[in-house]
Amino acid sequence: MKPVKIKKVQREELNFWEKTYLVPIFQGMSVTAKHFVANLTGSIDKVNVDYPEEQKVMPKGYRGKHRLTQRDDGTVKCVACMMCATVCPANCIHIEAEEHENPEIEKRPKIFDIDLLRCVYCGYCVEACPCDAIRMDSGIYTIFAPKREDFVIHKDQLLQIKPQSEFAADARPKQGMPALPGHSAGTSSPQIFSPPARAENRDTEPMKQDSSLAPSKD
Amino acid sequence: MNPDTLNAVLDIGIVLAKVLFFILFPLSLVPLLVWLERKVSALIQDRPGPNRAAIGFVRLGGLIHLIGDTFKMLSKEQLIPRNVHLFHYLAAPVIIAGVALIILPVVPFADVIHLPGGKEISMQALHLDAGILWYFAMTSLMVYGVVLAGWASNNKYALLGGVRSSAQLISYELPLGLSVIGLIMTFGTVHLNDMVIAQGDLLFGFLPKWGIFIQPLAAIVFIVCAFAETNRAPFDLAEGESELVAGFHVEYGGMLFGTFFMAEYVAMVVASAMIATLFFGGWQIPYLPTERLIALAPVLSQVALAGAAVVMLGLAFLSYRFYAKYNGKFKDIRDKEGLIYCVLLILAAGGAFATMGALAMFGFPQEWGGPLFAALAQMGAFIGKILAICIFFIWVRWTLPRFRYDQLMFLGWKSLLPIALANIFLTGVMIFLTGGLKG
Repeated sequence: MKPVKIKKVQREELNFWEKTYLVPIFQGMSVTAKHFVANLTGSIDKVNVDYPEEQKVMPKGYRGKHRLTQRDDGTVKCVACMMCATVCPANCIHIEAEEHENPEIEKRPKIFDIDLLRCVYCGYCVEACPCDAIRMDSGIYTIFAPKREDFVIHKDQLLQIKPQSEFAADARPKQGMPALPGHSAGTSSPQIFSPPARAENRDTEPMKQDSSLAPSKD
Repeated sequence: MNPDTLNAVLDIGIVLAKVLFFILFPLSLVPLLVWLERKVSALIQDRPGPNRAAIGFVRLGGLIHLIGDTFKMLSKEQLIPRNVHLFHYLAAPVIIAGVALIILPVVPFADVIHLPGGKEISMQALHLDAGILWYFAMTSLMVYGVVLAGWASNNKYALLGGVRSSAQLISYELPLGLSVIGLIMTFGTVHLNDMVIAQGDLLFGFLPKWGIFIQPLAAIVFIVCAFAETNRAPFDLAEGESELVAGFHVEYGGMLFGTFFMAEYVAMVVASAMIATLFFGGWQIPYLPTERLIALAPVLSQVALAGAAVVMLGLAFLSYRFYAKYNGKFKDIRDKEGLIYCVLLILAAGGAFATMGALAMFGFPQEWGGPLFAALAQMGAFIGKILAICIFFIWVRWTLPRFRYDQLMFLGWKSLLPIALANIFLTGVMIFLTGGLKG
């Protein structure tokens, strides 16, 4: 049997003032007091989004509520090929096809239902779609309904949802994520208020992080 | 009616009014403290805090949430788990809330009022010779509520919480009691009003002779132990939610839980009142003892009214700034809320100025107005001190993480107890050197 290796970790000794606890406590309390005063005087406002009145614009590639795209004449682009329903790991897409009057298109969905309670928002349906008929770029991240049945959304509802880029201008106030670099510069102690680097990447270069999952369209 | 019966009726009325005040004051402070707790914690954590609930346009920065909270608590179904020991289960919140409420009446809210007719009104509802000992006696009874709640709930988490809490309360009662002994030695009394009167003098001619300046060690020990006694962070091990769900009140719901919740805040008010009384001069306003307060009442009332008017104008400016900043957010009358408050505050400031003018024109009714003004000013000062210490409690809660159990015991038995004992010794030495109790 091999002898167990012991690694001695040198713990940092507390000095006298730290041992009394009182000095570190007051240091900590000065940190919280700084936050309190800064918030009270409004100098670090706008960290929060007042949700129903203001809404975040989600980063590009964010998989929100699904939508069905339209042709130029306003009809549904989907050809009811069942690719999305087949690939869906949650089995939440239900399609019934019917004949399209245009013989070149052949099929279109009579029923296109998505059960949003079953959906896991993996985005495979978007990847699988051969004709860019289903997308998840609506940016809608709040999905709510009074009844269970209402969470199953139908073709006409899916067709009406717009991409985020279109209705960000009018329906939603352009709030977005707080402007992080400028925000941290304006505060009294940037060490504390500056957000983690991960969040910053996400804001400035959203595609870089999400490109592996985002639909490779356009 | 002959004057004797009139006098007796008046006396009974005064006693009833005092009893009502001492019950209603902590209870009415509870919702305010809940609001403060939520708002201060929010601001410390860079959140806006409660600001949604509204009656019409009135939001008052989240104060309306309190009404909602209260109705929710009162209208909830009272579920009682099947396997509890019903009598003790129901007795526990009553004990805790009752004990918390019964302490405050010994605290003096102002100096004894000498009315012109030779009548004296003491601003304590409970005139006990025991004084501070009443506080110790009653806070120790709180342990029973906690233990009973934990045991009667028939739940292992509740039991663990109760056991932890009782161990904590018992071990912190010792330094709590010992820390005050130094204070009793210096003031030579256990009566709270006498202690406060003794704190009215000046130290070295400029420093108010408050307990914190003459007994700093005792103040630190007492404040730390008061945190532990009220079961608040960083000593809220009894409800360490990561380990014990909610601790001793895990099986309580609805208004029974509400009683615990209320009792916690009442205990906080009581602890603040005790800290203020013992170490921050109670109802004493620095540099203004009662006689000078009564003598200067005509001037000081004008100053107080002017100060109130200035504060109201400042608040009006702030609410106008709030209105200008968030105008157009809701697109209904809620947008105008700040403007409405601004107008109301300006009107109130105008009222204060009008009262000033009226006082200046008709003269200040010194005979009964002087003592009344002094009492009101002292009550205001005392309530202000209580609120400041409550905010300190809240501030500490949202700063410090919870102690580990062994750290808690270490702090109580190995740090605070020796400090309290050393403080008694030091006080004794000082009294011996300066010669006598009244030195």
